[in-house]
Amino acid sequence: MDVNKITLFGGFGKDGSAEKVRKFSMTVGDIVSIVGPTGCGKTTLINDIELFANENTPSGRRVEINDMPVPEDFIFDPSHHPIALISQHTNFLSDLPVVEFLTIHATVRGAKNVESIITETLSFANELTGEAIMQDIAMTELSGGQTRSLLIADAVVIGNSPIILLDEIENAGIHRTKALELLKKYKKIFVFVTHDPCIALMSDFRIVMKNGAMQQLIITRPEEKNVVAKMKQIDDMMLDFRQIIRSGDELSESIFNENFKVLTF
Amino acid sequence: MKLVIFAGPPTCGKTTVIRQILKRMAAKLIKTAYLKIDVLYADDDTIIAKEFGIPVKKIYSGELCPDHCNVVVLDEAVEWAERSGASYLFVETAGLCLRCSPYVENSLGVVVLEATSGMNLPRKIGPMLTLADISVITKIDLISQAEREVFRYRVLESAKKITVVESNALYGIGIDPIVKQILKTPDVEFPMFLRGNPPVGTCTICVGKKEIGAKNHFGVLRTLDQELFYVGE
Repeated sequence: MDVNKITLFGGFGKDGSAEKVRKFSMTVGDIVSIVGPTGCGKTTLINDIELFANENTPSGRRVEINDMPVPEDFIFDPSHHPIALISQHTNFLSDLPVVEFLTIHATVRGAKNVESIITETLSFANELTGEAIMQDIAMTELSGGQTRSLLIADAVVIGNSPIILLDEIENAGIHRTKALELLKKYKKIFVFVTHDPCIALMSDFRIVMKNGAMQQLIITRPEEKNVVAKMKQIDDMMLDFRQIIRSGDELSESIFNENFKVLTF
Repeated sequence: MKLVIFAGPPTCGKTTVIRQILKRMAAKLIKTAYLKIDVLYADDDTIIAKEFGIPVKKIYSGELCPDHCNVVVLDEAVEWAERSGASYLFVETAGLCLRCSPYVENSLGVVVLEATSGMNLPRKIGPMLTLADISVITKIDLISQAEREVFRYRVLESAKKITVVESNALYGIGIDPIVKQILKTPDVEFPMFLRGNPPVGTCTICVGKKEIGAKNHFGVLRTLDQELFYVGE
Protein backbone atom coordinates (compact mmCIF):
# COMPACT_ATOMS: atom_id res chain seq x y z
CA MET A 1 0.00 0.00 0.00
CA ASP A 2 1.29 3.46 -0.90
CA VAL A 3 0.90 5.84 1.99
CA ASN A 4 0.38 9.42 0.84
CA LYS A 5 -1.52 10.83 3.74
CA ILE A 6 -2.09 9.99 7.37
CA THR A 7 -4.82 11.58 9.45
CA LEU A 8 -5.18 11.50 13.22
CA PHE A 9 -8.54 12.15 14.84
CA GLY A 10 -8.35 13.48 18.41
CA GLY A 11 -9.63 11.53 21.40
CA PHE A 12 -9.38 12.36 25.08
CA GLY A 13 -6.82 13.82 27.46
CA LYS A 14 -5.81 12.35 30.81
CA ASP A 15 -8.80 13.99 32.54
CA GLY A 16 -11.23 12.48 30.03
CA SER A 17 -12.10 15.73 28.30
CA ALA A 18 -12.03 15.93 24.50
CA GLU A 19 -8.81 17.07 22.86
CA LYS A 20 -8.86 20.58 21.46
CA VAL A 21 -7.20 19.51 18.23
CA ARG A 22 -9.89 17.29 16.72
CA LYS A 23 -8.00 16.27 13.61
CA PHE A 24 -4.77 16.80 11.70
CA SER A 25 -3.30 15.36 8.54
CA MET A 26 0.24 14.83 7.31
CA THR A 27 1.15 14.26 3.69
CA VAL A 28 4.38 13.00 2.13
CA GLY A 29 7.15 15.57 2.52
CA ASP A 30 5.77 16.95 5.81
CA ILE A 31 7.91 17.42 8.87
CA VAL A 32 5.91 17.66 12.06
CA SER A 33 6.97 18.17 15.67
CA ILE A 34 5.21 17.19 18.86
CA VAL A 35 6.12 19.53 21.72
CA GLY A 36 5.16 19.91 25.36
CA PRO A 37 6.51 19.35 28.87
CA THR A 38 7.76 15.93 30.00
CA GLY A 39 4.91 13.56 30.80
CA CYS A 40 2.36 15.46 28.70
CA GLY A 41 1.70 12.50 26.40
CA LYS A 42 3.96 13.14 23.41
CA THR A 43 5.23 9.57 23.24
CA THR A 44 1.71 8.18 23.66
CA LEU A 45 0.67 10.25 20.65
CA ILE A 46 3.29 8.74 18.36
CA ASN A 47 2.54 5.28 19.76
CA ASP A 48 -1.08 5.80 18.70
CA ILE A 49 0.10 6.64 15.20
CA GLU A 50 2.38 3.62 15.07
CA LEU A 51 -0.39 1.28 16.17
CA PHE A 52 -2.98 2.74 13.79
CA ALA A 53 -5.11 3.46 16.83
CA ASN A 54 -8.75 2.83 16.15
CA GLU A 55 -10.41 4.07 19.33
CA ASN A 56 -8.81 1.01 20.97
CA THR A 57 -6.03 2.74 22.90
CA PRO A 58 -6.49 4.66 26.19
CA SER A 59 -6.58 8.00 24.30
CA GLY A 60 -9.50 6.99 22.07
CA ARG A 61 -7.72 8.39 19.01
CA ARG A 62 -8.22 7.12 15.49
CA VAL A 63 -5.86 6.94 12.51
CA GLU A 64 -6.78 6.95 8.83
CA ILE A 65 -4.42 6.29 5.94
CA ASN A 66 -5.16 7.93 2.58
CA ASP A 67 -8.53 9.00 4.05
CA MET A 68 -9.49 5.39 4.69
CA PRO A 69 -9.83 3.60 8.03
CA VAL A 70 -7.14 0.97 8.67
CA PRO A 71 -8.77 -2.49 8.82
CA GLU A 72 -8.85 -3.71 12.43
CA ASP A 73 -6.71 -6.79 12.08
CA PHE A 74 -4.72 -5.45 9.19
CA ILE A 75 -1.27 -6.97 9.35
CA PHE A 76 1.52 -5.58 7.29
CA ASP A 77 3.94 -7.74 5.45
CA PRO A 78 7.20 -6.98 7.31
CA SER A 79 8.83 -5.94 4.07
CA HIS A 80 6.20 -3.25 3.52
CA HIS A 81 5.55 -1.91 6.98
CA PRO A 82 4.87 1.79 6.46
CA ILE A 83 5.93 3.07 9.87
CA ALA A 84 9.31 3.07 11.56
CA LEU A 85 9.45 4.20 15.18
CA ILE A 86 12.73 5.07 16.84
CA SER A 87 11.99 5.50 20.51
CA GLN A 88 14.19 6.49 23.41
CA HIS A 89 14.40 2.84 24.50
CA THR A 90 15.02 1.44 21.05
CA ASN A 91 18.31 -0.38 20.76
CA PHE A 92 20.17 -2.91 18.71
CA LEU A 93 20.47 -6.25 20.50
CA SER A 94 22.18 -8.20 17.77
CA ASP A 95 25.92 -8.69 18.11
CA LEU A 96 26.38 -9.32 14.39
CA PRO A 97 28.89 -7.17 12.53
CA VAL A 98 27.31 -3.98 11.14
CA VAL A 99 27.43 -4.94 7.47
CA GLU A 100 26.14 -8.46 8.06
CA PHE A 101 23.25 -7.08 10.10
CA LEU A 102 22.33 -4.50 7.48
CA THR A 103 22.49 -7.18 4.79
CA ILE A 104 19.93 -9.28 6.66
CA HIS A 105 17.61 -6.32 7.04
CA ALA A 106 18.01 -5.24 3.40
CA THR A 107 17.29 -8.79 2.26
CA VAL A 108 14.17 -9.06 4.41
CA ARG A 109 13.05 -5.72 2.99
CA GLY A 110 13.48 -7.13 -0.51
CA ALA A 111 16.20 -4.66 -1.60
CA LYS A 112 17.44 -5.18 -5.14
CA ASN A 113 20.95 -3.86 -4.84
CA VAL A 114 21.94 -4.78 -1.31
CA GLU A 115 25.52 -3.60 -1.53
CA SER A 116 24.77 -0.07 -2.72
CA ILE A 117 21.92 0.40 -0.26
CA ILE A 118 24.24 -0.54 2.59
CA THR A 119 26.87 1.94 1.40
CA GLU A 120 24.17 4.62 1.31
CA THR A 121 22.97 3.71 4.80
CA LEU A 122 26.44 3.85 6.28
CA SER A 123 27.35 7.15 4.68
CA PHE A 124 24.04 8.63 5.88
CA ALA A 125 24.75 7.42 9.41
CA ASN A 126 28.29 8.73 9.27
CA GLU A 127 27.07 12.21 8.39
CA LEU A 128 25.09 12.25 11.61
CA THR A 129 27.61 10.84 14.02
CA GLY A 130 30.85 12.17 15.40
CA GLU A 131 32.96 9.07 14.87
CA ALA A 132 32.58 7.05 11.67
CA ILE A 133 31.06 3.57 12.01
CA MET A 134 33.46 0.73 11.26
CA GLN A 135 31.87 -1.86 8.99
CA ASP A 136 33.01 -4.97 10.83
CA ILE A 137 32.35 -3.79 14.38
CA ALA A 138 29.52 -5.61 16.22
CA MET A 139 26.23 -3.73 16.47
CA THR A 140 26.36 -3.90 20.25
CA GLU A 141 29.79 -2.25 20.29
CA LEU A 142 28.52 0.93 18.64
CA SER A 143 28.47 4.03 20.81
CA GLY A 144 25.19 5.69 21.80
CA GLY A 145 25.47 8.33 19.08
CA GLN A 146 26.50 5.80 16.44
CA THR A 147 23.59 3.55 17.41
CA ARG A 148 21.04 6.38 17.10
CA SER A 149 22.56 7.47 13.79
CA LEU A 150 22.43 3.97 12.37
CA LEU A 151 18.89 3.41 13.66
CA ILE A 152 17.77 6.51 11.77
CA ALA A 153 19.79 5.74 8.62
CA ASP A 154 18.53 2.14 8.58
CA ALA A 155 14.90 3.21 8.98
CA VAL A 156 15.17 5.86 6.27
CA VAL A 157 17.29 4.10 3.66
CA ILE A 158 16.83 0.34 4.08
CA GLY A 159 13.43 0.41 5.81
CA ASN A 160 12.31 3.03 3.31
CA SER A 161 9.21 3.44 5.46
CA PRO A 162 7.04 6.34 4.29
CA ILE A 163 6.37 7.41 7.87
CA ILE A 164 9.18 7.82 10.38
CA LEU A 165 8.55 8.63 14.02
CA LEU A 166 11.54 9.89 15.98
CA ASP A 167 11.37 10.26 19.75
CA GLU A 168 13.79 12.89 21.13
CA ILE A 169 16.72 12.39 18.79
CA GLU A 170 18.35 15.50 20.27
CA ASN A 171 19.40 13.38 23.25
CA ALA A 172 21.46 11.14 21.04
CA GLY A 173 24.59 13.25 20.61
CA ILE A 174 24.08 13.51 16.86
CA HIS A 175 24.09 16.56 14.60
CA ARG A 176 20.37 17.25 14.72
CA THR A 177 19.92 20.18 12.34
CA LYS A 178 22.05 18.35 9.80
CA ALA A 179 19.93 15.27 10.39
CA LEU A 180 16.84 17.29 9.57
CA GLU A 181 18.33 18.71 6.39
CA LEU A 182 19.40 15.24 5.28
CA LEU A 183 16.02 13.76 6.10
CA LYS A 184 14.25 16.47 4.09
CA LYS A 185 15.80 15.05 0.93
CA TYR A 186 13.80 11.85 1.37
CA LYS A 187 10.13 12.18 0.50
CA LYS A 188 8.56 10.95 3.67
CA ILE A 189 6.47 12.00 6.63
CA PHE A 190 8.70 12.71 9.62
CA VAL A 191 7.25 13.17 13.10
CA PHE A 192 9.59 14.42 15.79
CA VAL A 193 8.87 14.29 19.48
CA THR A 194 11.16 17.04 20.65
CA HIS A 195 12.20 19.55 23.27
CA ASP A 196 14.52 21.23 20.78
CA PRO A 197 13.43 24.66 19.49
CA CYS A 198 15.40 24.29 16.23
CA ILE A 199 13.73 21.01 15.33
CA ALA A 200 10.31 22.38 16.29
CA LEU A 201 10.70 25.51 14.16
CA MET A 202 12.22 23.66 11.21
CA SER A 203 9.00 21.63 11.05
CA ASP A 204 6.04 22.55 8.86
CA PHE A 205 3.79 22.58 11.88
CA ARG A 206 3.84 21.55 15.50
CA ILE A 207 1.33 19.99 17.86
CA VAL A 208 1.40 21.35 21.41
CA MET A 209 0.53 18.78 24.08
CA LYS A 210 -0.60 19.21 27.67
CA ASN A 211 -2.19 16.73 30.09
CA GLY A 212 -2.25 13.95 27.54
CA ALA A 213 -4.21 16.05 25.06
CA MET A 214 -3.41 17.88 21.82
CA GLN A 215 -4.00 21.55 22.66
CA GLN A 216 -2.88 23.48 19.61
CA LEU A 217 -1.68 23.07 16.06
CA ILE A 218 0.74 25.83 15.13
CA ILE A 219 1.86 26.28 11.53
CA THR A 220 5.41 27.64 11.39
CA ARG A 221 5.13 31.26 10.20
CA PRO A 222 7.77 32.90 7.92
CA GLU A 223 8.91 34.99 10.88
CA GLU A 224 9.66 31.83 12.86
CA LYS A 225 11.55 30.45 9.86
CA ASN A 226 13.74 33.57 9.98
CA VAL A 227 14.29 33.08 13.69
CA VAL A 228 15.26 29.46 13.27
CA ALA A 229 17.84 30.39 10.65
CA LYS A 230 19.51 32.52 13.33
CA MET A 231 19.12 29.84 15.97
CA LYS A 232 20.84 27.39 13.65
CA GLN A 233 23.84 29.69 13.48
CA ILE A 234 24.03 29.71 17.27
CA ASP A 235 23.54 25.97 17.27
CA ASP A 236 26.37 25.47 14.78
CA MET A 237 28.59 27.75 16.86
CA MET A 238 27.90 25.65 19.95
CA LEU A 239 28.67 22.50 17.95
CA ASP A 240 32.00 24.01 16.90
CA PHE A 241 32.81 24.66 20.57
CA ARG A 242 31.75 21.12 21.39
CA GLN A 243 34.07 19.79 18.72
CA ILE A 244 36.96 21.82 20.17
CA ILE A 245 36.37 20.44 23.66
CA ARG A 246 35.81 16.89 22.35
CA SER A 247 39.08 16.82 20.48
CA GLY A 248 41.04 17.81 23.57
CA ASP A 249 41.67 21.44 22.69
CA GLU A 250 40.96 24.41 24.93
CA LEU A 251 38.62 27.31 24.36
CA SER A 252 39.91 30.86 24.59
CA GLU A 253 38.25 34.28 24.66
CA SER A 254 39.61 34.97 21.21
CA ILE A 255 38.25 31.72 19.69
CA PHE A 256 34.90 32.46 21.29
CA ASN A 257 34.82 36.05 20.00
CA GLU A 258 35.90 34.99 16.55
CA ASN A 259 33.09 32.45 16.32
CA PHE A 260 30.63 34.88 17.79
CA LYS A 261 31.56 37.57 15.25
CA VAL A 262 30.68 35.25 12.37
CA LEU A 263 27.05 35.30 13.39
CA THR A 264 25.29 37.37 10.77
CA PHE A 265 22.75 39.12 12.96
CA MET B 1 -15.37 -26.21 26.53
CA LYS B 2 -12.99 -24.10 24.51
CA LEU B 3 -9.30 -24.52 25.13
CA VAL B 4 -6.60 -21.88 24.66
CA ILE B 5 -3.02 -23.03 25.26
CA PHE B 6 -0.27 -20.47 25.80
CA ALA B 7 3.33 -21.59 25.47
CA GLY B 8 6.60 -19.71 25.44
CA PRO B 9 10.03 -19.51 27.04
CA PRO B 10 10.25 -18.36 30.68
CA THR B 11 9.84 -14.59 31.34
CA CYS B 12 8.67 -13.87 27.79
CA GLY B 13 5.52 -12.17 29.04
CA LYS B 14 2.93 -15.00 28.80
CA THR B 15 1.20 -14.07 32.03
CA THR B 16 1.07 -10.37 31.13
CA VAL B 17 -0.54 -11.21 27.80
CA ILE B 18 -3.01 -13.57 29.49
CA ARG B 19 -4.01 -10.98 32.08
CA GLN B 20 -4.76 -8.44 29.37
CA ILE B 21 -6.88 -11.04 27.57
CA LEU B 22 -8.70 -12.07 30.75
CA LYS B 23 -9.55 -8.42 31.36
CA ARG B 24 -11.27 -8.26 27.98
CA MET B 25 -12.97 -11.65 28.43
CA ALA B 26 -14.34 -10.47 31.79
CA ALA B 27 -15.66 -7.29 30.14
CA LYS B 28 -17.56 -9.52 27.71
CA LEU B 29 -18.94 -11.52 30.69
CA ILE B 30 -17.34 -14.73 29.39
CA LYS B 31 -16.51 -17.28 32.11
CA THR B 32 -12.90 -18.46 32.10
CA ALA B 33 -10.72 -20.82 34.13
CA TYR B 34 -6.93 -20.79 34.30
CA LEU B 35 -4.39 -23.59 34.64
CA LYS B 36 -0.71 -22.90 35.14
CA ILE B 37 1.88 -25.59 34.45
CA ASP B 38 5.38 -24.80 35.58
CA VAL B 39 8.43 -26.72 36.69
CA LEU B 40 9.46 -25.51 40.11
CA TYR B 41 7.79 -22.25 40.97
CA ALA B 42 4.89 -20.06 39.90
CA ASP B 43 2.64 -17.58 41.66
CA ASP B 44 0.63 -16.42 38.66
CA ASP B 45 -2.35 -18.51 39.72
CA THR B 46 -2.82 -16.59 42.97
CA ILE B 47 -2.28 -13.25 41.19
CA ILE B 48 -4.88 -14.12 38.56
CA ALA B 49 -7.35 -15.51 41.11
CA LYS B 50 -7.07 -12.29 43.10
CA GLU B 51 -7.34 -10.01 40.08
CA PHE B 52 -10.18 -11.72 38.23
CA GLY B 53 -11.86 -13.97 40.80
CA ILE B 54 -11.89 -16.90 38.36
CA PRO B 55 -11.21 -20.58 39.15
CA VAL B 56 -7.47 -21.25 38.94
CA LYS B 57 -5.23 -24.28 39.32
CA LYS B 58 -1.50 -24.73 39.38
CA ILE B 59 0.50 -27.85 38.79
CA TYR B 60 4.24 -28.33 39.17
CA SER B 61 5.60 -30.71 36.58
CA GLY B 62 8.58 -31.46 38.85
CA GLU B 63 10.36 -34.48 37.44
CA LEU B 64 8.54 -34.25 34.09
CA CYS B 65 8.84 -31.59 31.43
CA PRO B 66 5.89 -29.18 31.47
CA ASP B 67 4.61 -30.26 28.05
CA HIS B 68 4.68 -33.90 29.17
CA CYS B 69 2.83 -32.93 32.31
CA ASN B 70 0.28 -31.08 30.18
CA VAL B 71 -0.43 -34.23 28.17
CA VAL B 72 -0.95 -36.25 31.33
CA VAL B 73 -3.31 -33.88 33.13
CA LEU B 74 -5.17 -31.95 30.44
CA ASP B 75 -8.26 -34.18 30.25
CA GLU B 76 -8.83 -33.86 33.99
CA ALA B 77 -8.22 -30.14 33.75
CA VAL B 78 -10.90 -29.70 31.09
CA GLU B 79 -13.36 -31.62 33.29
CA TRP B 80 -12.42 -29.44 36.26
CA ALA B 81 -12.96 -26.26 34.24
CA GLU B 82 -16.34 -27.56 33.07
CA ARG B 83 -17.40 -28.37 36.64
CA SER B 84 -16.41 -24.88 37.73
CA GLY B 85 -18.77 -23.36 35.19
CA ALA B 86 -16.21 -21.91 32.78
CA SER B 87 -16.67 -21.94 29.02
CA TYR B 88 -12.99 -21.25 28.31
CA LEU B 89 -9.94 -22.92 29.83
CA PHE B 90 -6.68 -20.97 29.50
CA VAL B 91 -3.59 -23.13 29.97
CA GLU B 92 -0.22 -21.49 30.47
CA THR B 93 2.78 -23.77 30.12
CA ALA B 94 6.51 -23.23 30.12
CA GLY B 95 7.37 -25.76 27.43
CA LEU B 96 11.10 -26.15 27.74
CA CYS B 97 12.97 -28.66 25.60
CA LEU B 98 11.49 -27.48 22.27
CA ARG B 99 11.07 -30.96 20.77
CA CYS B 100 7.30 -31.06 21.12
CA SER B 101 4.48 -28.61 21.66
CA PRO B 102 1.53 -28.55 24.04
CA TYR B 103 -1.21 -27.65 21.52
CA VAL B 104 -4.18 -29.96 21.23
CA GLU B 105 -6.36 -30.43 18.15
CA ASN B 106 -9.32 -28.03 18.14
CA SER B 107 -7.66 -25.81 20.70
CA LEU B 108 -6.17 -22.41 19.98
CA GLY B 109 -2.37 -22.51 20.27
CA VAL B 110 -0.71 -19.24 21.22
CA VAL B 111 3.06 -18.98 21.35
CA VAL B 112 4.44 -15.93 23.15
CA LEU B 113 7.92 -14.80 22.12
CA GLU B 114 9.85 -11.79 23.30
CA ALA B 115 11.40 -9.64 20.61
CA THR B 116 14.41 -9.10 22.84
CA SER B 117 15.48 -12.74 22.67
CA GLY B 118 17.26 -12.17 19.39
CA MET B 119 16.53 -12.48 15.69
CA ASN B 120 17.39 -16.19 15.61
CA LEU B 121 14.82 -17.31 18.16
CA PRO B 122 12.07 -18.08 15.61
CA ARG B 123 14.48 -20.49 13.92
CA LYS B 124 15.37 -22.26 17.15
CA ILE B 125 12.15 -23.22 18.83
CA GLY B 126 10.56 -25.69 16.44
CA PRO B 127 7.03 -27.04 17.04
CA MET B 128 6.20 -24.63 19.84
CA LEU B 129 6.13 -22.02 17.05
CA THR B 130 5.38 -24.01 13.91
CA LEU B 131 2.29 -25.74 15.34
CA ALA B 132 0.82 -22.61 16.98
CA ASP B 133 -2.06 -20.59 15.54
CA ILE B 134 -0.99 -17.20 16.84
CA SER B 135 2.44 -15.86 17.61
CA VAL B 136 2.43 -12.94 20.02
CA ILE B 137 5.64 -10.94 19.92
CA THR B 138 6.16 -8.98 23.13
CA LYS B 139 8.49 -6.18 24.25
CA ILE B 140 8.49 -4.71 20.75
CA ASP B 141 9.27 -1.24 22.05
CA LEU B 142 12.76 -2.28 23.15
CA ILE B 143 14.37 -3.30 19.88
CA SER B 144 15.31 -1.61 16.65
CA GLN B 145 12.86 -1.43 13.77
CA ALA B 146 15.26 -3.54 11.73
CA GLU B 147 15.42 -6.39 14.24
CA ARG B 148 11.68 -6.23 14.70
CA GLU B 149 11.15 -6.67 10.99
CA VAL B 150 13.65 -9.51 10.77
CA PHE B 151 12.09 -11.22 13.80
CA ARG B 152 8.61 -11.06 12.27
CA TYR B 153 9.92 -12.22 8.90
CA ARG B 154 11.57 -15.22 10.50
CA VAL B 155 8.45 -16.14 12.45
CA LEU B 156 6.54 -16.23 9.16
CA GLU B 157 9.36 -18.11 7.49
CA SER B 158 9.08 -20.89 10.14
CA ALA B 159 5.30 -20.89 10.42
CA LYS B 160 3.77 -19.69 7.17
CA LYS B 161 0.13 -19.68 8.19
CA ILE B 162 0.54 -18.26 11.68
CA THR B 163 -1.11 -15.00 12.71
CA VAL B 164 1.55 -12.63 14.01
CA VAL B 165 0.53 -10.12 16.65
CA GLU B 166 3.04 -7.58 17.87
CA SER B 167 2.24 -6.49 21.37
CA ASN B 168 3.36 -4.20 24.11
CA ALA B 169 1.35 -6.16 26.63
CA LEU B 170 2.23 -3.95 29.59
CA TYR B 171 0.09 -1.24 28.01
CA GLY B 172 -2.49 -3.61 26.55
CA ILE B 173 -1.36 -2.84 23.03
CA GLY B 174 -2.08 -5.46 20.37
CA ILE B 175 -4.37 -7.60 22.55
CA ASP B 176 -7.67 -7.12 20.69
CA PRO B 177 -6.72 -9.22 17.62
CA ILE B 178 -5.85 -12.14 19.94
CA VAL B 179 -9.20 -11.91 21.70
CA LYS B 180 -10.93 -11.87 18.34
CA GLN B 181 -9.30 -15.20 17.40
CA ILE B 182 -10.00 -16.67 20.84
CA LEU B 183 -13.71 -15.98 20.35
CA LYS B 184 -13.62 -18.02 17.13
CA THR B 185 -12.11 -21.10 18.81
CA PRO B 186 -14.24 -24.27 18.39
CA ASP B 187 -15.13 -26.63 21.25
CA VAL B 188 -12.58 -29.33 22.09
CA GLU B 189 -13.56 -32.86 21.21
CA PHE B 190 -12.90 -35.98 23.25
CA PRO B 191 -10.70 -37.93 23.14
CA MET B 192 -8.22 -35.06 22.80
CA PHE B 193 -5.11 -35.50 20.67
CA LEU B 194 -1.84 -33.63 20.57
CA ARG B 195 -1.21 -31.67 17.41
CA GLY B 196 1.83 -32.91 15.53
CA ASN B 197 4.09 -35.78 16.43
CA PRO B 198 5.84 -35.99 19.77
CA PRO B 199 9.52 -36.94 19.72
CA VAL B 200 10.21 -40.67 19.69
CA GLY B 201 11.26 -42.46 22.84
CA THR B 202 10.94 -42.18 26.57
CA CYS B 203 13.37 -39.97 28.34
CA THR B 204 15.33 -41.93 30.90
CA ILE B 205 16.82 -38.73 32.27
CA CYS B 206 13.33 -37.35 32.82
CA VAL B 207 12.55 -40.37 34.96
CA GLY B 208 15.62 -39.96 37.11
CA LYS B 209 18.56 -41.94 35.69
CA LYS B 210 21.59 -39.74 36.28
CA GLU B 211 24.38 -41.97 35.04
CA ILE B 212 26.20 -40.62 31.99
CA GLY B 213 26.71 -42.89 28.99
CA ALA B 214 24.48 -44.82 26.57
CA LYS B 215 25.13 -48.14 28.37
CA ASN B 216 23.23 -46.82 31.38
CA HIS B 217 20.12 -45.86 29.42
CA PHE B 218 17.44 -47.45 27.29
CA GLY B 219 15.15 -46.35 24.50
CA VAL B 220 16.50 -44.65 21.40
CA LEU B 221 20.21 -44.08 21.99
CA ARG B 222 23.09 -42.78 19.95
CA THR B 223 26.86 -42.81 19.81
CA LEU B 224 29.01 -39.73 19.50
CA ASP B 225 29.13 -40.43 15.75
CA GLN B 226 25.34 -40.04 15.55
CA GLU B 227 24.64 -43.78 15.15
CA LEU B 228 21.14 -44.37 16.43
CA PHE B 229 20.19 -47.64 18.11
CA TYR B 230 17.45 -48.95 20.33
CA VAL B 231 17.69 -50.78 23.65
CA GLY B 232 14.58 -52.04 25.38
CA GLU B 233 11.45 -54.08 24.86
